[in-house]
Amino acid sequence: MTIRTKLGLALKGALVLGAAFAVSGFAGPKPECIAPAAPGGGWDFTCRTVGRLLQELKIVDRPVQVVNMPGAVGAVAFAHVAENRSKDGNLIVAASSVGMTQIAQRRYPGDADKMRWVGMLGADAGVVLVKADSPYKTLGDLITAMKGNPAVAVTGGSSGAGGYDHLRLLLVARAAGMGAADLRKIRWVQFDGGSTAVTQMLGGHIGVVTTDLGEISGFVESGQVRALAVLTQDRLPGKFANLPTAREQGFDVVGLNWRGFYTGGQVADGDYDKMVAGLKRLYDSPEWKETAQKSGLTPMWSGGKEFEAFARKSVNDLRELSRDIGVIK
Amino acid sequence: MDIVSSLGSGFGVALQPYNLGLAVIGCFLGTVIGALPGIGPVNGIAILIPLAFSLKLTPIESMILLTSVYYGTMFGGRISSILLNIPGDAPAVMTCLDGYPMALKGRAADALAISAISSFVGGTLATIGLTICAPLLASAAIYFGPPEYFALFVLAVVAVGGVGTGNPAKTLIAGILGLVLSTVGIDPASGVPRFTFDSFELYDGIDFVVAAIGLFAISEFLMFLTDREGGQGKRLPVGQIRSSFRDLIFPAATLRSSALGFVIGVLPGAGATMASFLGYTLEKKLSDKDGTFGKGDPRGVAAPEAADNAAAGGNLVPMLTLGIPGSGATAIMLGMLVTLNIQPGPLLFERQPELIWGLVAALYVSNFILLVMNIPLVGVFARLLTIPTRYLMPFVVVVSYVGVYSISNSPFDLLLMTLFGILGFVMRKMGFSMIPLVLGMLLGGPMEQNLRRAMQASGGDWAILVQSPLSVGLHVVSIAMIAAAVTFELRGRRRARAAAAP
Repeated sequence: MTIRTKLGLALKGALVLGAAFAVSGFAGPKPECIAPAAPGGGWDFTCRTVGRLLQELKIVDRPVQVVNMPGAVGAVAFAHVAENRSKDGNLIVAASSVGMTQIAQRRYPGDADKMRWVGMLGADAGVVLVKADSPYKTLGDLITAMKGNPAVAVTGGSSGAGGYDHLRLLLVARAAGMGAADLRKIRWVQFDGGSTAVTQMLGGHIGVVTTDLGEISGFVESGQVRALAVLTQDRLPGKFANLPTAREQGFDVVGLNWRGFYTGGQVADGDYDKMVAGLKRLYDSPEWKETAQKSGLTPMWSGGKEFEAFARKSVNDLRELSRDIGVIK
Repeated sequence: MDIVSSLGSGFGVALQPYNLGLAVIGCFLGTVIGALPGIGPVNGIAILIPLAFSLKLTPIESMILLTSVYYGTMFGGRISSILLNIPGDAPAVMTCLDGYPMALKGRAADALAISAISSFVGGTLATIGLTICAPLLASAAIYFGPPEYFALFVLAVVAVGGVGTGNPAKTLIAGILGLVLSTVGIDPASGVPRFTFDSFELYDGIDFVVAAIGLFAISEFLMFLTDREGGQGKRLPVGQIRSSFRDLIFPAATLRSSALGFVIGVLPGAGATMASFLGYTLEKKLSDKDGTFGKGDPRGVAAPEAADNAAAGGNLVPMLTLGIPGSGATAIMLGMLVTLNIQPGPLLFERQPELIWGLVAALYVSNFILLVMNIPLVGVFARLLTIPTRYLMPFVVVVSYVGVYSISNSPFDLLLMTLFGILGFVMRKMGFSMIPLVLGMLLGGPMEQNLRRAMQASGGDWAILVQSPLSVGLHVVSIAMIAAAVTFELRGRRRARAAAAP
């Protein structure tokens, strides 16, 4: 490409940027994606990557405008959509298991049925990590030690107490037969992200990390940390195929952080169907498979009615679990 | 050594005409974005990400664009601090302290030139540090656990006492008010909302940008309305740089602050604001013999500017080597890298050497571009002051409101900003300085969070706070600072009493 055409593109880019500032949508003429977090996080990544692919694959003919609406782990965006944008057929909002946990613990203004759930495109695998020189070689070693003394190792991840990273660890401990009283004795420290938690573990400040594999995969590949278990149904494909699952070690736990979207509760059926179809087209493309794999996501599709049912069921499951372990009453 | 050859090939990438063009555009946009109140490095970079996508830039091209914007905002943030007493972004808060008094004395052009030069030195030294010992530094950063971070933030909070001007009680009150305001929002450890009055808008706490613009820009506007002499009613003498080049460089202050800033930048979570603040405090402690700091001492401009630019470079170390964002701006760049299918982290140096070294070379280049671009512009910027305040202030207020709304999309934030403007106005009328308040708000959150983390890890045993030599050392420094301040104050009073006695 010559410099001149690149400069031409630069000018065009500036115009596109200008247009992106104009207003907001999806199935309609002005597609918009709300990332309910500050730039840089998982939801922001979901909106920006999917937005870019939607345009590149010509599923939408305008650039998808990404709006960051951080606040209360997604509750601010949820409230905004419920109040002002419930009929907006141009809008999708990034969602994930993390947000479902918040809904389950009634930290959003409303339940899952307030929104229409469009679909999910992939999922990040939960993973239980220790330092490479840790005495715990298998998930069983760790669990045996924790059964003897729940505070034996300080655990941590990217969510607060009761958040999704914490819940996934508790799911494993519960599957191993630890009672509610013992689960509460497990020490959990919250950090700003998975990489931060892992680095703190490398510095010896905490002993165990549960979080998403995608963000910290570099540490697993470099051999600085050992993955005791991935929380998936079966072993991951590709370069992480050597990581054992919790299930094969006798702990029947699956902890996936899926990435998907919801839209307003009153969006017309026609618009909703178009969104579902658009996301399905994106999912079916090789470009999505490539992007997902490189960022540590396993492509996984669920959409429309099926996804609605899935969303409601996962909220109910998480609510029951949160109640069992005393996070909510 | 292979650093030299790697860097050589990096310069080969960075000096390609197209990349150089991107760096020039990035530096210019960054300077402008940094100078506008309300739009700091975080938002500047976020705004430009769609541009990088629509231009279909490769990862290295995108990173050159974004890092030059990042360095540019660090340069630009000081412009409105010096000229208007309104920090363009958080790290530029400290530059107000001596930069604005310099402008009032008619030395605006000098202040701008000093800050450009010390920014260049700080940025370049940090880039050298990044070049030579990034992987080494990354392994040092892991020694900071929650107790050590807590000790560091305690030290910073103690140091706030040193920046207030005049009445120590007022500094204390403003600082504590800042700490109190930092507790608003969801408690990150337990998820329980505090002081939010059931308003979701307050769940994430009070946005620093919203508070700072209210306290500085809006209150300045209110001061102007009630008091025509408020701010700068008289037309200020401006013009060109008057001093000779030798009077514009302060080697000791710049070097000390650059080193300090870089080290703080390397620690994830401390960032450029803390660096500029500690750089200023250190310089004041070491060289304020005649009590000129806060009244337009050029060293008070050189120190924080060198420190914040050095910290910006330091911040890139944990981002590239550990995948940890040390600040909001690097968090977005990290997101961008991931979107471009680059996984930052321990393997990045091995797997993408051309990306890393091209980026490092581009950092040297953008620093140089910024210096060359900024020195001639000094006269242009300084001339802003010739615009009568009655035209300039309303313009600043409009830009502030539009800037804040364009980022948060929240009418509530505009209201909150106005309330902070009124608070700032009342407090300034009563003789309070805004700086301790703002610093309290910035430092309170991470200080509390790290204390909570330490407590969670120890199961509530306070002894964890003094179990490492590093945290003990930091606490000793804090105690020594308090002791020194108290003795100094008492001695001052005794002397005053002795002088008053017949």
